[in-house]
Amino acid sequence: MMYAVALVAIMITMGLALTRAALGPTVFDRILALNMFGTKTVLLIAAIGFLTGRPDFLDLALVYALINFIGVIAVLRFAQHGHFGEIDDDDKGTDS
Amino acid sequence: MDLALDILSWICLVTGSIFAIIGGIGLLRLPDVFARMHGGGITDTLGAGLILIGLMFQAGLSLITVKLLMVLLFLLVTSPTATHAVARSALSHGVRPRVAGEEDGPSSL
Repeated sequence: MMYAVALVAIMITMGLALTRAALGPTVFDRILALNMFGTKTVLLIAAIGFLTGRPDFLDLALVYALINFIGVIAVLRFAQHGHFGEIDDDDKGTDS
Repeated sequence: MDLALDILSWICLVTGSIFAIIGGIGLLRLPDVFARMHGGGITDTLGAGLILIGLMFQAGLSLITVKLLMVLLFLLVTSPTATHAVARSALSHGVRPRVAGEEDGPSSL
């Protein structure tokens, strides 16, 4: 029962984050919402693991936390520079 | 003892859920990207922390608690880093925070 309450709250928060990601005027709003969505996904996986009595899901949550961080940094870098840093580091504004 | 753990777990899970929803509303309603980071910060620290601590009370002393602690540790390290990177990137990309006193900023304060 308590896991179901937490699951519903997490899903509401994920919906709000998705709404901001769809609305967001700048790309940074979308990336911020994406980061929050990933954090909520980690919590969701952990709570589902407890709800169904399979704590092995926590390994997935752990991996997802790491992948989410790396993904956010990679998308951010791409949005800032327009490439992944192959050429050089200080040309901004390539995506006008 | 079991009942006390259940009550503690309920308290942590419900307050964590409330903080998560508050952070989500803040992410949706606040005026610009720098203000919206406050909403994201609430869900990443208090929301995630309280929900994971509530799960730890249910798991007891076992490997599951260690895994939950590691998830919490990763979240507490990585999410401020990601938010800081977003803020620096937005600033260097020309997005300016809205401050009081400018023509399009909030006039009160």
